[in-house]
Amino acid sequence: MKVDLEALAALGVRMVEMTPHAAALGLKFVSVEAGVGVLKVPYRDDLVGDPATGVLAGGVITALLDHACGLAVKAAAFDTDPTATLDLRIDYMRPAAPRRDVFARAHCYKLTRTIAFVRAAAFEDDPDDPIATAQAAFVRAGAAPKPAA
Amino acid sequence: MNAETRSERLAALLAAVPYARFLGMTAELAGDEMTAILPFSPHLVGNTQLPALHGGVLGAFMEMTAVMQLSIREPPEQAPRGRQPRTIDVTIEYLRPGRALTLYARADVRKVGRRIANVHVEAWQETRSSPVAALRGHFLLSLAAP
Repeated sequence: MKVDLEALAALGVRMVEMTPHAAALGLKFVSVEAGVGVLKVPYRDDLVGDPATGVLAGGVITALLDHACGLAVKAAAFDTDPTATLDLRIDYMRPAAPRRDVFARAHCYKLTRTIAFVRAAAFEDDPDDPIATAQAAFVRAGAAPKPAA
Repeated sequence: MNAETRSERLAALLAAVPYARFLGMTAELAGDEMTAILPFSPHLVGNTQLPALHGGVLGAFMEMTAVMQLSIREPPEQAPRGRQPRTIDVTIEYLRPGRALTLYARADVRKVGRRIANVHVEAWQETRSSPVAALRGHFLLSLAAP
């Protein structure tokens, strides 16, 4: 179903509030524009990976990036079709700053009939000073070939 | 390192990592081989229609499995308490939807250098030969100078 940016913003809110794992992590919708989705995860003590440093676990960043990439695909296709992650590569440049919220900005830069290609970055303040960057490929729902008649 | 020390270290690690408790992750040891276990819980779901586990949960669980396997491998006197191997990069391949079932994972430490380890992880549910997802990653060892 084709939708406009306003509907995509409403979808972004639903994606974080209605997806059980996103809601459990406390993910928040930030913004959406054509091909781009931004989400954030507010800092929480129970999401820490290494108690010696007090920074969010890598797995939290992974889930945040994956979810933001999913929103970017919908924002590029201007539809609400579900997507499935095919692969996701994450490079960790540095640990997240202790006790800070982390944002993820994802850009779906190429859409084919079956596959969506996305790049994303996780950061506290500046997308050019990322905690981690991601490269992902998604399978678009409805991409499956129709069964032969 | 004797098996008891290793399992004590594993239990201490799992208890010390808030995010492992958030996921509900546990682990069992057979010698130096660890099987990580993630019982199904509603807060791990990413798709309520199937239902399926969130892709981030699969990735995070396999990454934690790699970190835990590396942590119990390092001699305790050399691994400062509370210091964990740090993830440099991971590539996650999603093979099948993770269903509303217990998830298992094992890590295969392919290479340990002076500073960096290469680890492959596979996660499965009912059938080991039909993995749900796989991860390949590089990790900075906690013994390495920063």
